[in-house]
Amino acid sequence: MEKKVRLLIGKVGLDGHDRGVKIVARALRDAGFEVVYTGLHQTPEAIVNMAIQEGVDAIGLSILSGAHLELFERVLCLLKEKGATIPVFGGGIIPPEDIVALKKMGVKETFTPGALTDQIVKWIEDNIVPQSL
Amino acid sequence: MGTSPTLNMTSLSGIPFETFYNERDIEGFDYQAKLGDPGTFPFTRGIHADMYRGRLWTMRQFAGFGTASDTNARFRYLLSQGQTGLSVAFDMPTLMGFDSDHPSSLGEVGKCGVAVDSIEDMDELFAEIPVGEVSTSMTINCTAPIVFAMYLALAKRRGVPLSSLKGTLQNDMLKEFIAQKEWIYPIEPSLKLTIDIVEFCTNHVPLWNTISISGYHIREAGSTAVQELAFTLSDGLEYVKRAIGRGLGVDQFARRYSFFFNAHIDFFEEIAKYRAARRIWAREMKERYGVQDERSLWMRFHTQTAGCSLTAQQPHNNIVRTAIEALAAVLGGTQSLHTNSLDETYALPTEFAATLALRTQQVLAYETGVPSTGDPLGGSYFIESLTDEIEGRAMDYIRRIDEYGGMVPAIEAGFPQKEIQEAACLYQKELNQGKRTIVGVNAFASDEDESIPLLRVGRKQQEEQIRKVRELRARRSNATAQKGLDALKQAAEQGENLIPALVSAVESLATLGEVAKALQEVYGKYREVSYI
Repeated sequence: MEKKVRLLIGKVGLDGHDRGVKIVARALRDAGFEVVYTGLHQTPEAIVNMAIQEGVDAIGLSILSGAHLELFERVLCLLKEKGATIPVFGGGIIPPEDIVALKKMGVKETFTPGALTDQIVKWIEDNIVPQSL
Repeated sequence: MGTSPTLNMTSLSGIPFETFYNERDIEGFDYQAKLGDPGTFPFTRGIHADMYRGRLWTMRQFAGFGTASDTNARFRYLLSQGQTGLSVAFDMPTLMGFDSDHPSSLGEVGKCGVAVDSIEDMDELFAEIPVGEVSTSMTINCTAPIVFAMYLALAKRRGVPLSSLKGTLQNDMLKEFIAQKEWIYPIEPSLKLTIDIVEFCTNHVPLWNTISISGYHIREAGSTAVQELAFTLSDGLEYVKRAIGRGLGVDQFARRYSFFFNAHIDFFEEIAKYRAARRIWAREMKERYGVQDERSLWMRFHTQTAGCSLTAQQPHNNIVRTAIEALAAVLGGTQSLHTNSLDETYALPTEFAATLALRTQQVLAYETGVPSTGDPLGGSYFIESLTDEIEGRAMDYIRRIDEYGGMVPAIEAGFPQKEIQEAACLYQKELNQGKRTIVGVNAFASDEDESIPLLRVGRKQQEEQIRKVRELRARRSNATAQKGLDALKQAAEQGENLIPALVSAVESLATLGEVAKALQEVYGKYREVSYI
């Protein structure tokens, strides 16, 4: 049987905007992925620990407060420190030049307001593979 | 997305639109009971007889970014451009009770608002702005008592009597637990602090609007117009009940409760929402709480156009959306208005974009003729039918919340949160299926890159703010600050009204983060049960 892709979807940082992330989490679950939702106001440390414990195949983070550069950088850095090679993607209020910076940093993809959930589902299908047990 | 765009056959709340409306849709309509002239009960048509002829709405653009001095410069610019009130946006650490140098503030300092760590930042924020004259709105909730204490302390420093201070605190924790989700303490102590502000202002700062009961964030979180209205009114009724429980007379404080609604893109539904809101509030206040003073029946409200209606794609379209939403707010009789800027799906607005948003209001006010007549759509078959329908649907929700025993048990049961989440998911599904159209997103999309200039808040400002708060801690008397914090904790443990102790604490140069932490040691922390 084919192993299901398992995703950690969540909120890092202080902002409480969870409308988008919850819609995305539900759409991904409905599309057949296993979804672990982190809840609000997580630190980068908590996100990375959860991702490793849960054995997820990718981490999707939502940030709408403008803190995306620092927070993604910290998450990627912590993953590296722990030797985890879990791909990270995300979304939120992110200016185009920061999208370039995030991708350079190692964030695989970003989705901004107006992105349809179908596009996000398709991106995961095309880009995330389940890690072998 | 092969389907072609279609007209909406239902409102965003799901109310069906008929081909046309006539007298059968408002059968038995009683003008006096349902409407009354503007300025008369039940105030459906507006709270003032002369509406905007007497006083135009306040053009109040929400602003804040970077350090206090950055925002002070934007404030003074906006005042010089004809803006008539100030509205402070704080950054996430200030909103959540962290100092700028706390690890949780990483990357957040000065980003979505201004950073305020101490009374010294508050002083800088209002440099050369007469706090005794200007009216200041502050969008702050769980840390509202702390930030308000800084504002009071600032007035004292400048010799401005508290009785002359004018402005608004959002101070609406119920909608935080429902929708915006910025919290520190559990529900009960959070509401205790809310009512501390109400009580203190009733006695000492009589011109201050103590709570801005907010539907805005409920809507942004994905609710329908009907849910926005119902949950906001239920929140308002809860705050009235609790202030009465504190021993205040309803006619002493209720006139200083104000409201804050969203102006979304469904034009007529929004207008009907504001009209229904006034009617329900006036009636419920009379029937539930025996209000005598007419001013306690008035629903005064601020409106902001819908951030969630804006798109990153083809951002110039946002100018058009905002103008239409602003028109709905004015036709609905708002007392003040914030118009969003075209670039806000990317970043905080540039000065150019913020000015354009203000100009939108000025065109509406001075060129269109719209404000000259009160409730110009009153009597329209469609508008009256829609107002009745929204009122009926909102009252159904309000009764359900009453059945829970009020808003607090309803929140504890997750009722409003789940209703909002379901509405948000349904709306997204309709977009995915092309049943609803957003121009530039699921119809009329274009590959052309429409790049626009954006405001940057760099790391320099964060570093500057961190340096400032550390320098303050090194310079002040730590013993004095600790004494202020200890006195505050003692007052909290004894259940006193905390505003005086908060003012003393911030005067002793205790920082926002220290004060928030001291209270958390007494009250504990709120934990949400989240689900998808």
